[in-house]
Amino acid sequence: MKYVIIGASIAAASAIEAIRKNDKTGSITLIGKENDPPYCRPLISYALWGKTTFEKMPYRSPLFYKENKVKLILGKAATAIDKKKKTVTLDDKRVFSYDKLLIATGSRPFVPPMDGLEKVDKKFTFMTIDSAKALEKEITPQSRVLVIGAGLIGLKCCEGILDKVASIDVVDMAPRILPSILDENGAKRVQDFLEDKGITFHLGDSTASFTKKTATLKSGGKISFDILVLAVGVRANTDLIDAIGGELNRGIVTNDQCQTTIPDIYAAGDCATSHDITCDTERVLALFPNANIMGEIAGSNMSGTEKHYDDAIAANAIGFFGLHIVTAGSYIGEKLDLSTPTGYKVLFTHDDHLVGMILIGDTIARSGIYTNLIRKRVSLSSLNFALIAQSPQLMAFKSTDRVSMLGERQ
Amino acid sequence: MKRVYVEENWCLACHLCEYWCALSNSPLDNMVKLKNKDIRPRIQVEEGKDINFAVSCRHCTDPICVKSCISGALTINNGLIQIDQSKCVGCYTCIMACPYGALMPNEEGVMQKCELCTSNGTEPSCVQHCPNNAIKYEER
Amino acid sequence: MSINYLPSEYEVYRNQDRCINCRVCERQCANEVHHYDADLKKMISDESKCVDCQRCVTLCPTHALKIEKNTNRYKENANWSQESITNIYRQATTGGVLLGSMGNPKEYPIYWDKLLINASQVTNPSIDPLREPMETRTFLGKKDHHIHYDKNGEIITTNENPQLELSTPIMFSAMSYGSISYNAHKSLATASKELGIFYNTGEGGLHEDFYAYGPNTIVQVASGRFGVEPDYLEAGAAVEIKIGQGAKPGIGGHLPGTKITAEVSKTRMIPQGTDAISPAPHHDIYSIEDLRQLVYMLKETTNYKKPIIVKIAAVHNVGAIASGIARCGADIIAIDGFRGGTGAAPARIRDNVGIPIELALATVDKRLREEGIRDNVSLVVGGSIRSSADVIKAIALGADACYIATSALIALGCHLCRSCHQGKCNWGIATQRPELVKRLNPEIGKEHLVNLITAWTHEIKEMMGGMGINSIEALRGNRLMLRGIGLNEKELEILGVQHAGE
Repeated sequence: MKYVIIGASIAAASAIEAIRKNDKTGSITLIGKENDPPYCRPLISYALWGKTTFEKMPYRSPLFYKENKVKLILGKAATAIDKKKKTVTLDDKRVFSYDKLLIATGSRPFVPPMDGLEKVDKKFTFMTIDSAKALEKEITPQSRVLVIGAGLIGLKCCEGILDKVASIDVVDMAPRILPSILDENGAKRVQDFLEDKGITFHLGDSTASFTKKTATLKSGGKISFDILVLAVGVRANTDLIDAIGGELNRGIVTNDQCQTTIPDIYAAGDCATSHDITCDTERVLALFPNANIMGEIAGSNMSGTEKHYDDAIAANAIGFFGLHIVTAGSYIGEKLDLSTPTGYKVLFTHDDHLVGMILIGDTIARSGIYTNLIRKRVSLSSLNFALIAQSPQLMAFKSTDRVSMLGERQ
Repeated sequence: MKRVYVEENWCLACHLCEYWCALSNSPLDNMVKLKNKDIRPRIQVEEGKDINFAVSCRHCTDPICVKSCISGALTINNGLIQIDQSKCVGCYTCIMACPYGALMPNEEGVMQKCELCTSNGTEPSCVQHCPNNAIKYEER
Repeated sequence: MSINYLPSEYEVYRNQDRCINCRVCERQCANEVHHYDADLKKMISDESKCVDCQRCVTLCPTHALKIEKNTNRYKENANWSQESITNIYRQATTGGVLLGSMGNPKEYPIYWDKLLINASQVTNPSIDPLREPMETRTFLGKKDHHIHYDKNGEIITTNENPQLELSTPIMFSAMSYGSISYNAHKSLATASKELGIFYNTGEGGLHEDFYAYGPNTIVQVASGRFGVEPDYLEAGAAVEIKIGQGAKPGIGGHLPGTKITAEVSKTRMIPQGTDAISPAPHHDIYSIEDLRQLVYMLKETTNYKKPIIVKIAAVHNVGAIASGIARCGADIIAIDGFRGGTGAAPARIRDNVGIPIELALATVDKRLREEGIRDNVSLVVGGSIRSSADVIKAIALGADACYIATSALIALGCHLCRSCHQGKCNWGIATQRPELVKRLNPEIGKEHLVNLITAWTHEIKEMMGGMGINSIEALRGNRLMLRGIGLNEKELEILGVQHAGE
């Protein structure tokens, strides 16, 4: 059996492990564009902040590929797939044939066309170790930094560099920060906190034009800067399968066994969609745990053991300067606001299930108990919901469930 | 592999397990030195009206925390789930993932959880010091 | 509201250098003595509520606590002790009967401590129990007077009369479900089964969960007839008619209403909430003939398969009473001395009524032998058997086996604070409050009871071996193995032993 994997990041690593559980002898060829071994991208801001180092970041030991008998091709890009001949062609013209192919190409930063952007010479995206290292080299204590995008990536970048630069301004089209995970009130709390730290926000606004060191906003304001970071968004890397007619929906469409619409081709990770059970839709869930699990599911199905990804949800944990945020699911259904001055807490219930939550501050302790309710679609009438809504606790479960959780092997 | 199992019929919520856990996982040699310290035990008592029990890491066979850890600090070795605290960046993803709420930050903001006292050189301290045999350490 | 004349009985000493404010003492005191004061940032204690049960002292992880008798003293008076004075204050302010629990704590002579055991030297050498078999097995029940032969001249060894077989001459005495907790009963039942001995339901009936331990259970029929119905009688290995108990001769049992929960009410077949007071006499027993009638009625109901025990308190003419019982068909007589424990009794009766079991036993054994009816019955004695030495001495004075209760409760964790009647036992023994009952884990309880009896049995074998005896029946009634010390002529005469040196 010949396995080929395009993309050498997290989904690939767990796919390799899953394949080797079933198939110790089949050949695995791994093609990766970056020269670095797989790492979790969110770590790059922690490296700048000083919580870790670039050396500690690899997700698997250097011997991982050798131990798993993987033929490793780094620093090369795949350029085309031939679905009839079942081959993959690389940029150096080499051709590899496959029985099963996994596309785990992740995503790339999206840079929208902006007037005058080419005049800015110190501009960076913030997705890879290389871009983080480049940014680190460039910033000085006098730098004025302009970040376009108040989403997860943009704000994590701010956290990484705030104490090393003179000022940070953040611009975003959305009326609130972190629009993908927070609601209005939650976003306000976090924004107030970050403003106290010294970050300036320009929301509901966008850049109209750039000069080398000035951005003019649509609202008319001008921001002078030395360094520009573009964190507007990402796009899934779907070109390879798009070219051969694979179905797309902002990401590569997969079923719950990670199969694409093209036979023997699988997809996993940030480049693929999965079925979000909280809103019953196909979405790209670009999150580390999801990529890990999808890789495992894809690898398992590729090597003959059927597995289904039937509990995919969006679940995010992120923190800024010690203020932690945990969010999960979809913000639909009935909203229950249990916030206090020290902790923001909003739960969303629909049809006897917990479908979403936003927790900020001291409400995040033991929040995995809530995540589990969402992921496992636990019937809320089977437990004491009033009690568990107060704070995450196993006490809210029925006695027989508790005895099973604490008295049996998990 | 032996794991810690708590029987809610016998837990008295005396919290002695918490204090012994805190002592065993600290560099201190005497319980008296815990005076005026804010303890962070890796086993936590939940108190109810008539029922109490303590919760610590279940050492799941297919651990979701290990799959969620972005830095690879959480690993599973022969069934034992451990944290390499030098790799933890304090992102709290494991806190978001653990269905038992068994992980928590220590004083430095790095994650900690029950590791069955394997680095303390003893049998689990909570098991040894529960006055009512409510905590068992066995294979199930 | 008038002045509270009663000083705290105890003082709570807390070593603040050791106290880590862990609050275990606060959580574990049912009397709410300790609490953490947020303003003072330390633990403080209200000693007026302390009963000296030692729960906090035992559980404190840094051993920071100590309970002492309050050293506040009234003016010295050899006649009017502080206790006598405060009891009058109590009665003057409440108008009530003073209640007490457990056994008579007053200073009266303890005859066990004035009897010494023999050992062999040179003649009739000692036996090493680790090398030679020692028979501690005991059979309780009516024994045959004569040896019977069959037509081939072989001895007929079967005894028609039902017997209780004990692996060691010790049984757990009557403690009712209601006065003690479900978990305490579970510990006693499971331990009895493992040890091959028996425990006694007391007058609280038998909880349905414990019918499985029936073969190791003695079911009691007391004056209130609580829980008595055919299945109950069938379930036990023997039936005990309780005429009296050592702690409160002449009156019936007393269970305060606070201890009557739904389960207790169901098992006793009585209503919840009101005090359960048993009548003083059985209202169908007014003579020995009436007793005989009840004995045979119970035998009929149980098909003559179970020994019938009659339990009496040790009182003044116990010899005559026992003689009557031995003639009325009972298989076993249980005598309970004045030191016996109780869940609740009027303190004056507990402390002033009845006689010591040592004297009662000696008298009864002697009287039954003199009348030639000693084999009609087995004798079981209780009322503060505190060690294996007390057991040896009791058997030497004539007992077939001993009943223990206070010793068993101490093995379960009791610290003899004597507050059982309040129903807030911090050790989970003498309470029905679920959060307290939980503190007695029957797994641990059973283990402790088994350990205790195993240890005592081993010591019994050692002492027997020392005397050159290798079976209990050779020790039974063997007064020559005892000598008295510090006893006067009369005491020696009643006990039937010589003075040490003779």
